[in-house]
Amino acid sequence: MEFKAIVFLPLIGAIIAGFFGRLITDRGAEILTTALLFVSAALSWWVFSRVGFGGETIKVPVATWFTSGELEVAWSLRIDTLTAVMLVVVTTVSSLVHLYSIGYMHEDDARARFFAYLSLFTFAMLALVTSDNLVQMFFGWEGVGLASYLLIGFWYKKPSANAAAIKAFVVNRVGDFGFALGIFGLFAITNSVSFDVIFSEAPNLVGKEMSFLGYQVDILTCLCLLLFMGAMGKSAQFLLHTWLPDAMEGPTPVSALIHAATMVTAGVFMVARLSPVFEYAPTALMVVTFVGAFTAFFAATVGLVQNDIKRVVAYSTCSQLGYMFVACGVGAYSVAIFHLFTHAFFKALLFLGAGSVIHAMHHEQDMRNMGGLAPKIRITWAMMLIGTLALTGVGIPHVGGFAGFHSKDAIIEAAYAAHTTYNYAFWMLVFAAFMTSFYSWRLMFMTFHGKTRAEPDTFKHAHESPMVMLVPLFVLALGAVASGFVFSEYFIGHDYKEFWNRSILHLPSKDILHHMHEAVKKAEWIAWAPFIAMVSGFVLAWLYYIKMPSLPAATARTFRPLYLFFLNKWHVDELYDWLFVKPAMWLGRVLWKTGDGRIIDGLGPDGIAARVVNITGRVVRLQTGYVYHYAFAMMIGVALIATYFIFQGGGLLK
Amino acid sequence: MPEELQIYAPLLPEIILALGAMALLMYGVFRPETESEAETVGWLAILVMIAAAITIVWYGNGTVRLFEGAFVDDAFARFMKLLTLGGGAVALMLSFDDFRNLRIMKFEYPVLVLLSTVGMMLMISAGDLIALYVGLELSSLALYVIAAYRRDSVKASEAGLKYFVLGALSSGMLLYGSSLIYGFAGSTNFQVIANAAKGAEVATNLWLIFGLVFLMVGLAFKVSAVPFHMWTPDVYEGSATPVTTFFATAPKVAAMALLVRVTVGAFPAIAMQWQQIITFIAIASMLLGAFAAIGQTNIKRLMAYSSIANVGFALVGLAANSAEGTQAVLVYMAIYVVMTLGVFACILSMRRADQAVEEIEELAGLARNNLPMAFALMILMFALAGIPPLVGFFGKYFVFMAAVKAGLYPLAVVGVLASVVGAYYYLRIIKVMFFDDSKEKFEPVRFKAGAVIAAAALIMIFGVIWLGPFTDYAMAAAQSFTFVK
Repeated sequence: MEFKAIVFLPLIGAIIAGFFGRLITDRGAEILTTALLFVSAALSWWVFSRVGFGGETIKVPVATWFTSGELEVAWSLRIDTLTAVMLVVVTTVSSLVHLYSIGYMHEDDARARFFAYLSLFTFAMLALVTSDNLVQMFFGWEGVGLASYLLIGFWYKKPSANAAAIKAFVVNRVGDFGFALGIFGLFAITNSVSFDVIFSEAPNLVGKEMSFLGYQVDILTCLCLLLFMGAMGKSAQFLLHTWLPDAMEGPTPVSALIHAATMVTAGVFMVARLSPVFEYAPTALMVVTFVGAFTAFFAATVGLVQNDIKRVVAYSTCSQLGYMFVACGVGAYSVAIFHLFTHAFFKALLFLGAGSVIHAMHHEQDMRNMGGLAPKIRITWAMMLIGTLALTGVGIPHVGGFAGFHSKDAIIEAAYAAHTTYNYAFWMLVFAAFMTSFYSWRLMFMTFHGKTRAEPDTFKHAHESPMVMLVPLFVLALGAVASGFVFSEYFIGHDYKEFWNRSILHLPSKDILHHMHEAVKKAEWIAWAPFIAMVSGFVLAWLYYIKMPSLPAATARTFRPLYLFFLNKWHVDELYDWLFVKPAMWLGRVLWKTGDGRIIDGLGPDGIAARVVNITGRVVRLQTGYVYHYAFAMMIGVALIATYFIFQGGGLLK
Repeated sequence: MPEELQIYAPLLPEIILALGAMALLMYGVFRPETESEAETVGWLAILVMIAAAITIVWYGNGTVRLFEGAFVDDAFARFMKLLTLGGGAVALMLSFDDFRNLRIMKFEYPVLVLLSTVGMMLMISAGDLIALYVGLELSSLALYVIAAYRRDSVKASEAGLKYFVLGALSSGMLLYGSSLIYGFAGSTNFQVIANAAKGAEVATNLWLIFGLVFLMVGLAFKVSAVPFHMWTPDVYEGSATPVTTFFATAPKVAAMALLVRVTVGAFPAIAMQWQQIITFIAIASMLLGAFAAIGQTNIKRLMAYSSIANVGFALVGLAANSAEGTQAVLVYMAIYVVMTLGVFACILSMRRADQAVEEIEELAGLARNNLPMAFALMILMFALAGIPPLVGFFGKYFVFMAAVKAGLYPLAVVGVLASVVGAYYYLRIIKVMFFDDSKEKFEPVRFKAGAVIAAAALIMIFGVIWLGPFTDYAMAAAQSFTFVK
């Protein structure tokens, strides 16, 4: 019962707020959805404590969804440690974001709709993480996509918000195409979409081949890559990442919930959930590692030069997701989920903090128009500082530190332990950590320190946010500080096997966590490498933005091509525009103007209509009004019929 | 009634109508010449028609042949006669208000309508070429007169004259055809002709077939089938609207009945031949009716072409040469009469400042001025276009089904396509009424016209409920004939 309550309470809130929002007023919708979410979150923590520490996998059947031939899809909740972790992340962040939104959105006049969407999103996300089969997962997957679309385009009167919403939807379609193909493939091979069946079949499929697009391919590699394609779309990995920065058009709480803490991590969750399949597809895992490492690096470079406070955080998210995929790719799924867990806290904290700054600055988002805000909004500054410390992974090796220190450094160590070619994953991640540190501190310095560049009027009126917005920040800050050292022992430490309890498969032959600890013991510098990267990033940022504020401009001038390359996000958007959008538009125009307009309409409706009019014109002219014409027509008629019978019916000529 | 006269009971409706016409003529002549007296004559004429209808229902039973088979009373005749009387009576009732308006409310009109109706009744019951011709001429002579009834109007006079000249031409052809048939069969009686026309060599007898062709041309003129339709638009437009209403209903039914009786009754053995003729004129009528109506701006002319197309659809049923086909013809004609009466009642209500307006664009924005009328006219137009679930759809459905069952696929396909084209001009009227900028209001709809409009629209909507029993009744009527394949 409590499991069903966790999943369906947000849905109930969404339905009531969405359809009866007028009845219960905006205030009612806010209180109702937020209260339900807090109940859901409390239950989640309780379930986490029960399942996460020594519990068994629980299955709660809800209903039979549909049956068609051999395809049987049940709707049941699969509650194991992995799910419990996700439940905690989703409901905690979601309930805090609900609370925060009451303050942040107080000027909006469609709040009932906003909270309905938020709750709908939460329901879909919970359906995703509790799914027991691929179809149910796909339902949640598409559900969060829909909610994300609705929320990015929440301010639908803004053309840029609509464009961003459509972009998010379309780019995700590309990934979902792969995901759906992967599901079809798994069903075709195993005759089932249920996780249990697929997981038990996976070891038998190693090395087998199937025909795909006319090629003989390894079944598991092919299917895992297809599934990963879905993950790339949802989790904004390189090539399918373009929608995430644009998604910042949505209200900031949405960015915190959907585009930082929960939905974008669905891809990571999916790979972890399907670890019993991915573990048997080393080639696919290699691709996952490479894409993840490259995204972590790529997004960090772009983050260095962005000026929009939310976009910096967005690229940071993209980059951190790359870290998680690297962890998945090297087989350290539990490390990936650990980073997902800690990242949810500090990234939501950063976003909500950014929202608080934006709120204070009357919806100013450009950091070039900020600066020196620390004394004005002291609490927000403190919270953002904690978020930054957590993100950059501040901590002393072997002693402890903020949340990001525990999880991120573990990923970097795992990447080293996996011995990728030339250790590229390791080096890229370390370099990304350096850049992460740089852009995070750059954000802090540009926003809060130095001389202000804000409009004097705006600056004068900058004010601290209300308590309803600050409380969520405190809670998240607590998570950002403590979630690392409190949980690391369970997630990735000695107790990890008992903790995860078969919800994630680590092949004993690989046992990456063990290697990871061994590697650090052998080469101490591995543990210090991210620390050094972090510190040097901080020092450089301090130099650039506090000590010598003229340096950034000088650097940008010196390395102008590189600067522009980063500023324009590696021109990926332009490339897509040239490669896909323009040709699609051209093709659409051709099909529309020529194909539909000229050929189908021309020969079809328009052509026929025109011919009808022609015929009508002629027929009407037959009616001259002269009696002798009429009589003549009658005689012609008789003659025609009679002649016809002379030749045909009468058979005289036969 | 004396025993020896009992056998003539089936003739009673015609006798009542004929005597009623004479009596009303006398009444009209000897009473003062006022509009109210004329209206009294009109109502009495309607009473006479009702009386005739009652006797049909009362005495009608089985098949009776009188006067050496010259007069046939069967279920088919009774069905068509009731339809003719009903259409005629309603059309007559609709004329009163309009004729008062036009200052031509005279007692002659009801009398002429009665006389014409007698002729139609005789046509429907004709079992002999001579009876056929006499009935046809009796009804036609009265129709020639009432076509020009509004004699101070140039258009009406022209219409009457055109109708007369062309009608004479068609009568001539009909007579010529009859003489050829008589020459072949040695008799004017349909049953004798039917017996004589049996046998394989007969089908190649060109004189018989020529006779058939000419005879059918004369009848095709009466139902205004293409290419013998040319009089229709001019007469429909030129005549006073109540006269057009009458033209569009009763005579169409009677002529269609006669066409069925001649083809199925007198020439069952050479069905192949007349089926070809019917198919040809059916296709021509459907297509021309559909295409030409699109170009019309005058709603009466539009209805003329609509009637041409509708006759084409009804002929599709006849072309099937089967009980289902004839049943379909009967059902189609009945539905057609109801729809036509409703539409003409609407046209009669299109008046501004005591003047009738007839242009389609005058209906613009009717929905805003008079929603009930616009709604009813919309229903009638949808019914004419054959949109389900209105009854009008089933009329078309039955004829096409009959054609398909008889294997006449091309005919059915052409029919469906023509009804698609035809749907355009019906829908255009709806569009004009509901979406165009509204014009001045019409005068309020009068009670009689309003009642007819409402009744017709309601029948179109709810008629489906009684469709089953009604089609059974039509089937019984259709089985008066024996069909030879």
